[in-house]
Amino acid sequence: MELYELTIHELLDLIKKRETTPSEITESVLKRVGQVEDRVKAFVTITEEEARERAKHIDEDVNNEGNIKSLMGIPMALKDNMCTKGIRTTCSSKILYNFKPPYNATVVEKLNDAGTVLIGKTNLDEFAMGSSTENSAFHTTRNPWDLKRVPGGSSGGSAAAVAADEVIFALGSDTGGSIRQPASLCGVVGMKPTYGFVSRYGLIAFASSLDQIGPFTKDVTDCAIVMNAICGHDPMDSTSANVDVPDFTKSLVADVKGMKIGVPKEYFIEGIQPEVKDAVMKAAELFEEMGANVEDISLPHTDYGLSVYYIIAPAEASSNLARYDGIQYGFRAEEYDDLIDLYKKTRSEGFGPEVKRRIMLGTYALSSGYYDAYYLKAQKVRTLVKQDFDNAFEKCDIIICPTSPTTAFEIGAKTDDPLAMYLSDVFTIPVNLAGIPGISIPCGFSNGLPIGLQIIGKPFDEATIIKAAYTFEQATDYHKQKPNL
Amino acid sequence: MEYEVVIGLEVHAELSTDSKIFCSCTTEFGGDPNTHCCPVCLGLPGVLPVINEKVIELAVKAALALNCEIAEYSKFDRKNYFYPDLPKAYQISQYDLPLAQNGYIEIEVDGKKKKIGITRVHIEEDAGKLVHAELGGYSLVDYNRTGVPLIEIVSEPDIRSPEEARNYLDKLKSILQYSEVSDCKMQEGSLRCDANISLRPKGSKEFGVKTELKNMNSFRAVQKALEAEVKRQKKILERGERVVQETLRWDEARGVTVPMRSKEEAHDYRYFPEPDLPPVVISKEYVERIKSTLPEMPQERKERYMKDYNLPEYDAGVLTDSKAIADFFEACVEKYHDPKTVSNWVMGELLAALKTKDAEIDDIPLTPSHLVEMLELMDKGTISGKIAKTVFKEMIETGKRPEQVVKEKGLVQITDEGKISEIIEKVIKENPKSVEDFKNGKEKAIGFLVGQVMRATKGKANPQIVNKLLREKLQ
Ligand SMILES: [Zn+2]
Repeated sequence: MELYELTIHELLDLIKKRETTPSEITESVLKRVGQVEDRVKAFVTITEEEARERAKHIDEDVNNEGNIKSLMGIPMALKDNMCTKGIRTTCSSKILYNFKPPYNATVVEKLNDAGTVLIGKTNLDEFAMGSSTENSAFHTTRNPWDLKRVPGGSSGGSAAAVAADEVIFALGSDTGGSIRQPASLCGVVGMKPTYGFVSRYGLIAFASSLDQIGPFTKDVTDCAIVMNAICGHDPMDSTSANVDVPDFTKSLVADVKGMKIGVPKEYFIEGIQPEVKDAVMKAAELFEEMGANVEDISLPHTDYGLSVYYIIAPAEASSNLARYDGIQYGFRAEEYDDLIDLYKKTRSEGFGPEVKRRIMLGTYALSSGYYDAYYLKAQKVRTLVKQDFDNAFEKCDIIICPTSPTTAFEIGAKTDDPLAMYLSDVFTIPVNLAGIPGISIPCGFSNGLPIGLQIIGKPFDEATIIKAAYTFEQATDYHKQKPNL
Repeated sequence: MEYEVVIGLEVHAELSTDSKIFCSCTTEFGGDPNTHCCPVCLGLPGVLPVINEKVIELAVKAALALNCEIAEYSKFDRKNYFYPDLPKAYQISQYDLPLAQNGYIEIEVDGKKKKIGITRVHIEEDAGKLVHAELGGYSLVDYNRTGVPLIEIVSEPDIRSPEEARNYLDKLKSILQYSEVSDCKMQEGSLRCDANISLRPKGSKEFGVKTELKNMNSFRAVQKALEAEVKRQKKILERGERVVQETLRWDEARGVTVPMRSKEEAHDYRYFPEPDLPPVVISKEYVERIKSTLPEMPQERKERYMKDYNLPEYDAGVLTDSKAIADFFEACVEKYHDPKTVSNWVMGELLAALKTKDAEIDDIPLTPSHLVEMLELMDKGTISGKIAKTVFKEMIETGKRPEQVVKEKGLVQITDEGKISEIIEKVIKENPKSVEDFKNGKEKAIGFLVGQVMRATKGKANPQIVNKLLREKLQ
């Protein structure tokens, strides 16, 4: 057994018992990166030297303090849309290819305080727009379970890095499923917390009212540990919720007796891969066997989720991405005639096709004369989607459903068909629209590819989700499977 | 045909907070370019705005001083447009739900009071400044001003002439200064004004086609630009043509309004609610609390001056126009028994000096105590009224106490009758003709002789004593 194969809680035990050191763990992880990264391509930037130095530093802290912090010496990776002081933060876009932020995102500060070691910045679909990492301006990340297939997206790099044991955990961001869908496709645990639970300060915005940072881990226990470290109110983020953060590790109890679990009929649509449906139904049966009350529920506005999302998210993105104009930082076109020409050329050359598509969509939706029909209407329907969940949660404690309609698809299979690509987030998007938490955990395999089970909970009730996920995990061993690399 | 002028004004005033609207950078004017900045006001990727509570407080205060209704629920919106001085490529402003609405300002037109409606007051952030390189070819951006808090005050189209517009602006400035929400320094850009103007046949209820005037750097410029635009529109209408709705720039040097390039004005701002900020919810209790902190407004102060100090309406009006002047006046009156004398000096010598210097009272070293000390020197007869004027000028320049000025310049009044008699003898000897004239009943001649004595003493002789002794000697 190599150190890089272990989980956070296993490694912390070893550190506490002085059976290993942060440096040994970092070396093990870096060795793994050296073995597999040229095939997986999870990273945009690898901070090898900084990681070694940081680990040495933490070695000393461990010796001096004796007090082991919650993530002390744990190697991790960050999606490359979270600002890291002095370390290139690109959003996998040409337009930010050289951008080195002068400040750290709040989550980065929190992880630093908890004692983590940054291994690198992971690949994503440009500005988190996509479901496969194929929209990265740099390269496509491969699914560790089948290198011909995508890892999902947009946080595909983070998901693949954890699945390939290149890091012990990683952070991603989830706007319409960008943590849960790649977690599902890569067979790891991925959680999108309640909107406002994790500070967005320093997360480069895609769609401000939907974006949320969350962890990729190897099991549910690690998920609870990382959630403890990253949640909490931040005065730098006005949308950050001022609520108490429970100790999520207290929810690591295998017990779902009496838990009311809803299964929404709208989530088993035509086009869903039969093995995915079967795996989720089997998961429901398992919950029932373990004492939960499983019942069918309805989320009647599910069908509108995708349409609403593809108005609101691009509208916000069109404004959020307007600052990339070549004036202050980032890429600027080399030749231009005047100011307008500078804007045109910089943005035409700096953004990829999917980003441009969404900027166009969003600009159109906000234009005078169209605002009411699109943006305002979408906001109203968003309220209905949210009400669906409110109603459902009057009857049940959690909702379970597939994370994604399919297992990982082949690279290039959907690149010419944006609508087909958009459909891979059809089960995750409503959760973002409602601002509620969701997790994806491994619940089966089809032809050697992982299947994800999505568990959705009430706002700020991640504890119940974690409890259900942990109970499921204790009764199964899907999370223990490793890809053959 | 006779036309009626219809004017509405949009005024931007910088709020006098210490820090910017969404970050903790200083709002201080000046400073080396790009030194009052941080990731937030530079709009770097990933940053988020956090509203400065003081901005809400001052904006509410301003709106209350302008007799507005404060909205219990308002929100921020993004106004999207590209320009290098706008680092996020959107300005955080308020669109359909502004902070306050339905206020008014009272101005005086031909001695009668007139209310000018205030449509709305909303909060927004300022942009940076472009500096165009002298040798051309490139421009530089200074983000120091980016994120300085502003309120925009939009008037109803109630203003009927360029003079009324000027009157409105003076009054608005006075109110904002009184309520201490803005220092209103137009030369530092902390107060800016755009105008909408149209003409319509007298008696008509329909509005004519309006134009928007920009780039006016002083209240005088606003008035002049409006006067020019009235003439221009009148000419067009008199030719039977139609005014084109457009944005015009005031060309101060040439004294004309010129159309802005269509590129500069053809904007669809794509307003939408700012997702990074929660709505602004203001309780009635909060409004009441702010209301209780509002200082006395110019109108109330004017009335108090007439009542408590027995000042004529004209004096009271002039003194209370500017809060700083009124504060100065009151500080003097606290220490001096005769308000009218203070008023005469403040309205006369002081305001004249400020006008010549184009300065504010804060810019000169004169203090109320010094003025009072000077008046007391006059009362004691140490200096004459004439000398006092010289002393005053010196105090304004140097900030010295009046006694010191009198001593240094040897300005003490001569009251020694022996000394004055000597000079009178000399003057009588040198001006036999005037002496003759007086003796022949020409009363005016004595004035000339007094003048000669004063001249010989460089104005230091006590004029009453000179008069008395001169008459005695000529009897
Ligand atoms: Zn700042």
